[in-house]
Amino acid sequence: MNVIVNGEARDLPAGASVADAVAAVTAAPSGVAAALNDEVVTRSAWAATPLREADRLEVLTAVQGG
Amino acid sequence: MTDTGADPLVIAGEEFGSRLIMGTGGAPSMHVLREALTASGTELTTVAMRRVDPSARGSVLDVLAACGIRVLPNTAGCFTAGEAVLTAKLAREALGTNWVKLEVIADEHTLLPDPVELLDAAEQLVADGFVVLPYTSDDPVLARRLEQAGCAAVMPLGSPIGSGLGIRNPHNIELIVERADVPVILDAGLGTASDAALAMELGCDAVLLATAVTRAQSPATMAAAMRHAVEAGRLARRAGRIPMRRYAQASSPFEGLASGRANL
Repeated sequence: MNVIVNGEARDLPAGASVADAVAAVTAAPSGVAAALNDEVVTRSAWAATPLREADRLEVLTAVQGG
Repeated sequence: MTDTGADPLVIAGEEFGSRLIMGTGGAPSMHVLREALTASGTELTTVAMRRVDPSARGSVLDVLAACGIRVLPNTAGCFTAGEAVLTAKLAREALGTNWVKLEVIADEHTLLPDPVELLDAAEQLVADGFVVLPYTSDDPVLARRLEQAGCAAVMPLGSPIGSGLGIRNPHNIELIVERADVPVILDAGLGTASDAALAMELGCDAVLLATAVTRAQSPATMAAAMRHAVEAGRLARRAGRIPMRRYAQASSPFEGLASGRANL
């Protein structure tokens, strides 16, 4: 299954969740948020939210700015 | 009697002892950033939200936590209300705060706010329960509209972000201050300490700056200068400055002068 994580195509096993995709890009235990197809998914719902082919997932954190 | 006692900045019912809000962009290292933030005395500091970088070393969040500084996420880099609203929601989820410095810019060349998108985003975020602190043009009408939309403060620019040009339209800043019932925070364009002092003398409630400190030759030294400038400007505002006069007004009496030419 191909999903777009932070703008890059990733091949994830069928049935992969938002939690799986986040874990593929960061190990940070906090300070991270995810949006699936432009909708925020709360951290507590990551594991129970399945990904589908061609989904777009954005995984953001705080950086220096402003 | 001097009037130099406690004078907290109050935003949305929350008190801050410092009237200097810092940004974190542009610092050459986390170590330099930490030194500068400590020297500034700030209690509220902005961060941006970006895609996670697996190669990143050290987190700005760790620096803020170690310094006991409250984090204020921004929506820097957003060009539309939709992008800004999504970024604010991601920040709320990631950082556990419903405060947001709302930034919706019109183009990369000037980084000036897009007033139409800004007001749209502010209305959406206020309706969603955010404490919205909008970075806005120095336009008294737009500032008023943002306040009416429920923003917790208005943050007019002095001049374009990172330009160091100071406050290009002090008259507009005064007009915004006169009409605002929420804190006015001078945001963007400050270059050096006198700019920050002027902002406070004009009646702003606080100053938000980043580049002036983080890209100074000695960031921590400039941070200390800004801290003193904000405090000095605030005190001068509270003290009530003398009116400007066209001609001199002697500060020494003319009566009782020694006999001299006057008797010739």
